[in-house]
Amino acid sequence: MSMAAAAAKPSPTISRTSVASQKAPPPRLAPALRFPSYHPSPFPNHPSSILAASSRIAPSPLLLPPRAALSSSSSSPSSPTLFHGPCFVLGDNIDTDQIIPAEHLTLVPSNPDEYAKLGSHAFCGLPSAAYPVPFVAPGAAASRFPVVVAGANFGCGSSREHAPVALGAAGVGAVVAESYARIFFRNSVATGEVYPLEVETEGLHEECTTGDVVTVDLEKSVLINHTTGREYRLKPIGDAGPVIEAGGIFAYARKTGMIASASTA
Amino acid sequence: MASLLAASKCSFFNPKKEFDIGSSFSPSISAHRCRRRAMRKVLAVMAPPAPSPRSPATTGSVKHSMTMTEKILARASERSQLEPGENVWVNVDVLMTHDVCGPGTIGIFKREFGQNAKVWDREKIVIIPDHYIFTSDERANRNVDILRDFCSEQNIKYFYDIKDLSNFKVNPDYKGVCHVALAQEGHCRPGEVLLGTDSHTCNAGAFGQFATGIGNTDAGFVMGTGKVLLKVPPTMKFILDGEMPDYLLAKDLILQIIGEITVAGATYKSMEFVGSTVESLTMEERMTLCNMVVEAGGKNGVVPADETTFKYLEDKTSVKYETVYSDDNARFISDYKFDVSKLEPLVAKPHSPDNRALARECKDVKIDRVYIGSCTGGKTEDFLAAARVFLASGKKVKVPTFLVPATQKVWMDIYSLPVPGSGGKTCSQIFEEVGCDVPASPSCGACLGGPRDTYARMNEPQVCVSTTNRNFPGRMGHKEGQIYLASPYTAAASALTGFVTDPREFLM
Repeated sequence: MSMAAAAAKPSPTISRTSVASQKAPPPRLAPALRFPSYHPSPFPNHPSSILAASSRIAPSPLLLPPRAALSSSSSSPSSPTLFHGPCFVLGDNIDTDQIIPAEHLTLVPSNPDEYAKLGSHAFCGLPSAAYPVPFVAPGAAASRFPVVVAGANFGCGSSREHAPVALGAAGVGAVVAESYARIFFRNSVATGEVYPLEVETEGLHEECTTGDVVTVDLEKSVLINHTTGREYRLKPIGDAGPVIEAGGIFAYARKTGMIASASTA
Repeated sequence: MASLLAASKCSFFNPKKEFDIGSSFSPSISAHRCRRRAMRKVLAVMAPPAPSPRSPATTGSVKHSMTMTEKILARASERSQLEPGENVWVNVDVLMTHDVCGPGTIGIFKREFGQNAKVWDREKIVIIPDHYIFTSDERANRNVDILRDFCSEQNIKYFYDIKDLSNFKVNPDYKGVCHVALAQEGHCRPGEVLLGTDSHTCNAGAFGQFATGIGNTDAGFVMGTGKVLLKVPPTMKFILDGEMPDYLLAKDLILQIIGEITVAGATYKSMEFVGSTVESLTMEERMTLCNMVVEAGGKNGVVPADETTFKYLEDKTSVKYETVYSDDNARFISDYKFDVSKLEPLVAKPHSPDNRALARECKDVKIDRVYIGSCTGGKTEDFLAAARVFLASGKKVKVPTFLVPATQKVWMDIYSLPVPGSGGKTCSQIFEEVGCDVPASPSCGACLGGPRDTYARMNEPQVCVSTTNRNFPGRMGHKEGQIYLASPYTAAASALTGFVTDPREFLM
């Protein structure tokens, strides 16, 4: 079956099946989450969009956004609506020190090389007894798990933005948790590194096992565990909607007139 | 229960009034779903939490009542009235960042506003290197250099720089731990909005202001605009009454509360601390209380400003501030009452700040080391407290005892302030007599592990009693390390016996 074949791939399999559109969306100003029904309006006057259009797919040469690095050869990043592959399963209260131990915080996320290094350390703080399968294989630069499944209060602890950054840099497309700590959730949305999704009912993380092949379908708001055959409804992103739809906090602020559309050079 | 969790999780933008979903719900049942074990027995010392009062529609005069958090955000967003659940653009009074998150924040600021952009207000940004300072880690050292370059380029008024890592004392500007430095340098003021790229920024709520932690992207945004988009949190009220026993400290109070409501009990909420006990607390003790609000998932914590606050601020700031208080009939999402006189010294056992236990019930737990430091438990009064227990015991410590003053000022106090009842000895002398390690250079130190050569980092799987704020796996370094969070009294008592120890063993 094609999905099983896809699951056998060692690298994260993130399908970029965006809603069909003849016109490719323009490059984004800042790394941002996108939902399938939204196509960002262009910011033609913004210096960095001009720069991005003429260079590579990254919205800004100063920052390496993960989506651009992994997407297809299209001229601009498209909106991912599907995440497929083996899932990595965690319990409740996974704090930011387990996501990215403090000793790695000397890495600056806005520096592309250090951004990648953060990814290689993602979840290295998990106790080995409870989590014998490493999230990033020894010696690897990224993870083979595009989806993280977790219990309640995911991302509690520190405000370090390195946490969602490490996950995104490691190749995670979406986290599906029972609930989130607020700073982690906020940072996930602000950076666009991972979609912080919530499952409608309890028990997802208890019914999934690391390695189960799952599909997270944002359009249908569902997680399908192909290994167990179970489906789980996801909650709509809800409150963060207008900010995400605008393209992150900076884009939202520009859209609502809070800040100028062109930066002063 | 489910609806409140749903209401409180997504914080970014919601035009609906989510407060209403929570108002009819009994918080005592909401022992959060993240707590899988059986519901805890409610202590006799605590009255059952009261459901919040009836909605405003039924009591016309309640229409404009707000809690102090709501009022602070209303004023900062230039609104006369707002309610929990609303999302507002808030004017920021102070933005703080440090060596771990500063460089990333600066990167985002420059990316979004341009390489030559200027910060919104050079006097409202406070940049405090404090996390990874006394280390040979090159990246850590480079990060302080990045801060310096930026401060120079932007002419940032408040940059507490350090250049000579071999001797903190020769760096006149260097302070140490950001949250304690903010308070000591007069950057915390009632009624204001203070944001920091650190989760323990909530520490400043002790001053009756709105203070919370944010990430690099939000901070980069604030750096350029002076504004942040915030969702107004509902407020949980914690009423602490009764005379504080002399073997208890604010750390015990907050551990009590976190143990009660769990690590997600205050997610997306404000925690307001009132009552006669709170009023009796010093500013440092109030800071300890507010510091760990984030460990309950709280967005911010507040203590109403009073004479204690004004006195503390007298010699520290000349900036005018406007105090803010909750209206008498403000709506709180829940009330918790504690009779403090009945509480006992506590610890939070590995591996969660809500894994509460009585210190005396852990007396068989053998420990390997004690750590006294951090924004939570490394302030002047924390060290005076530890010294008091050491003095009372007349004994020596049985395990390595690491002392890390939060700031230069704390370090100086340790070496100069007389400890009551000691005949004029300073903390440092008492520490030396009982066999503690020499007080270290002020910084965050090993509270969060840090680079491998960080002083007092736990590099082996040991058991540590610590006055810090988190004990999740690997927090102080080694993944299998076991951390018992405790007050400075309890930490000192434990150092003396080599086991987790209730300080009453020495204080009574």
